[in-house]
Amino acid sequence: MGRVQLRAVLRRVAAGVVVLWVAATAAYLAVLAAPGDTVDTLIGDGADTPQIRAAIIAEWGLDRPALLQYLDYLWRLAHGDLGRSYLLQRPVAEVIGEQLAPTLILSLAAATLGVLLALIIAAVTAGDRRPWLRRLSSGTELLLVSTPPFLIGLVLLSVLSFRLGLFPVAGDAGPRALVLPAVTLALPIAGLLAQVLRDGVDRALDEPFVLTARARGLREGVVLARHALRHALLPAVTLAGWLFGTLLGGAVIIEQVFGRPGLGQVTLTAVTGKDMPVVLAVVTLSAAVYVVVNTAADLVSLLVDPRLRRS
Amino acid sequence: MGDLVAVEDLHVTFDTPAGEVAAVRGIDLTVATGECVAIVGESGSGKSVTARTLVGLAGRDARIEASRLELAGTDVREHRPRDWRRVRGRIAALVLQDALVSLDPLRTVGAEIAEVLASHDIVRRRERAGRVGHLLDLVRVPEPQRRARQYPHQLSGGLRQRALIASALAGEPALLIADEPTTALDVTVQAQILALLAERLAAGLSLLLISHDLAVVAQVADRVLVMRDGRVVEQGPTDRLLRAPEHPYTRQLLDAVPSASSRGRRLSTTTTSARVELPTRTETRPTDTVLEAVGLTKRYGAHTVVRDVGFRIGQGETLGLVGESGSGKSTVARIVAGLLHPDAGTVTFERTPWTGIPERARRTLRRQLQVISQDPLSSFDPRWTVRQVIAENLDSGIARTDRTDHVVELLHRVGLDRNLLHRHPRALSGGQRQRVAIARAIAPRPSLIVCDEPVSALDVSVQAQVLDLLADLRAADGTALLFISHDLGVVHHLADRVLVMADGEVVEQGPVGDVFTYPRHDYTRALLAALPALVTAGRP
Repeated sequence: MGRVQLRAVLRRVAAGVVVLWVAATAAYLAVLAAPGDTVDTLIGDGADTPQIRAAIIAEWGLDRPALLQYLDYLWRLAHGDLGRSYLLQRPVAEVIGEQLAPTLILSLAAATLGVLLALIIAAVTAGDRRPWLRRLSSGTELLLVSTPPFLIGLVLLSVLSFRLGLFPVAGDAGPRALVLPAVTLALPIAGLLAQVLRDGVDRALDEPFVLTARARGLREGVVLARHALRHALLPAVTLAGWLFGTLLGGAVIIEQVFGRPGLGQVTLTAVTGKDMPVVLAVVTLSAAVYVVVNTAADLVSLLVDPRLRRS
Repeated sequence: MGDLVAVEDLHVTFDTPAGEVAAVRGIDLTVATGECVAIVGESGSGKSVTARTLVGLAGRDARIEASRLELAGTDVREHRPRDWRRVRGRIAALVLQDALVSLDPLRTVGAEIAEVLASHDIVRRRERAGRVGHLLDLVRVPEPQRRARQYPHQLSGGLRQRALIASALAGEPALLIADEPTTALDVTVQAQILALLAERLAAGLSLLLISHDLAVVAQVADRVLVMRDGRVVEQGPTDRLLRAPEHPYTRQLLDAVPSASSRGRRLSTTTTSARVELPTRTETRPTDTVLEAVGLTKRYGAHTVVRDVGFRIGQGETLGLVGESGSGKSTVARIVAGLLHPDAGTVTFERTPWTGIPERARRTLRRQLQVISQDPLSSFDPRWTVRQVIAENLDSGIARTDRTDHVVELLHRVGLDRNLLHRHPRALSGGQRQRVAIARAIAPRPSLIVCDEPVSALDVSVQAQVLDLLADLRAADGTALLFISHDLGVVHHLADRVLVMADGEVVEQGPVGDVFTYPRHDYTRALLAALPALVTAGRP
């Protein structure tokens, strides 16, 4: 059994590497195709003479064939070297490393909050015990899922910060500043996950094994948590993998709305300033997060459902 | 101490969007300590609802009224949920049909059994594992400690059902309610489970057995109640009820059971199929061979599921294929249907090679060979109407304007009305669905129909109607049948010759009367011995 599982894990890792390579290449081609000249970007506001231009081309190796530059980029990427930022003239890894923590904290907070909310909503509204609450909840979920996050953020800001003054309007000062952006990102996740979870719980509650469990004299809460919710987790875990993968992108926008430091600011500056190495690094990082999160989701599925573990 | 279960004038009504549905309409029921009472009836008779009412699990929208409803001397009519929790598992335990879905597939069977011990605080935490092993041993599960750590899907059907029974026995209940406890099982396994229940009965447990199968309950029940449409139509000691049934419905149920003695007669009295006189099929001597299989072998990895199987089916002949789950009979059916390539051996259909050829070459003859499966619902496109389902199988040469007429004619032949034309499969009853499947199969006038357990999902009276229909069509069209079933009675009723399979091999074959009357192979004997037989006197 262990050997079979090891092979499965190795296959997952190999697939992840392929995904990363495709993402890095696609980003490279996209940046290459974008209008504008790299040398212009590198010169910035500095003096523009033919000598300086030639020096820059020589220093960055821009006169080499495109294929060679691409292979060089891949080679360095494989060794963890993300290159140097054109605009900041610093190693990209350093730039991203400084800004990664706030974004990561925001994403993790949002993911945790979203999952907790979804579990609570599903547990309370599943089945036919509280039909009115169920209808209210599923309506709200639909609203949350179909509203763009930045709009949710703006509404929360105007009510809770400007009018009631409960939370700071902008910035990164302490945990209180984290609340609103995290809630903003968590609400659509909670809405979508709650719908999938409740559907799964409903379906499990109709199964004969739930009837058998009730016939054992278990409390309804135990039946729900131990027998129904666990079955509902399977589709939810797959969906959560995808949702968390997109969190990084969502965080970049929400950071702008709430004026928080983080990858959002870095990415915006890099894209508008044609800072190729930074843009490439952000794309590759997003892909890596996506691969890691989804591999983790697959492993969680294996833990939840023994039938997936082939012996 | 009186009766363990005492029910008088029980009514169970469900509030549905379509209005009130009375599932149980005034029944009386008693079960004495150490007694086994059986409730027999078909789907919708109210037998399962009655069983669930006794553990307070009839459902949220069920309204329960009774002039008396007592369990172990306690009136349970005003029980609140927490009172019911003390009853469930401890006073009355419930065992359902298929342990694959009645045990939580995500939990080990040991955890399921331990759950009862924990929720009723029966033994201390560190003694639970030992008690689980003891319980599994009690229901004769070999290697109990190892099995306790396995999941339901890792156990065979028989072991699973035993584990489920062990979980029900864990709370040391006075009453075990078993709702169709052997329906999903092979005959030999069924016999073992029934023996196990009889053993517990002898040890002092009371049993309430719910079944659609009179033959099964006859093995263990002291008394039988026959239910229909929410009422008890007849009740009495098992012997008396089987030997001298008083109510016409009980007689009808007994007549509907296919067996050796039912050969050549109609099973159903309320048949709705197009009347075709049924010739008494004593000995048909088929001359032309429709299909011949030689040396069929199929392997999956190192495991050989079918080994050197050969047979021939003559024109208009019915070949029965019997065997238990895993015997390879469904694999043979799929090879014959041209849906699976054998690793060795050949099939010849209508004097044409049928195996080892590309699908394109098979296509012209495809329509001559049709398949009817156990569960027609999953073989129909759920979005199609009955008309579409049947019309798809009509000859493409038939003009568009005539197709509906042809479908109506086919529906009529299988005893259905044209008002079903635009219904969807889901809106049909089990019997109607199987009739539609038959109509679809006979649409191209095939020379052979492969029937894979076509009646095993049906109630006994519906099964009787479908078997009558197949017999009628066979007599009218001269269609040959390859009839696969785990039910020896059904095969004995319908088939001319029979093939007995075990572990992928044919262990015995011959005319059905010879094989079933003078079985030569041990396995055939075991199968026949396990068959729950109805002891009915003075019946043809």
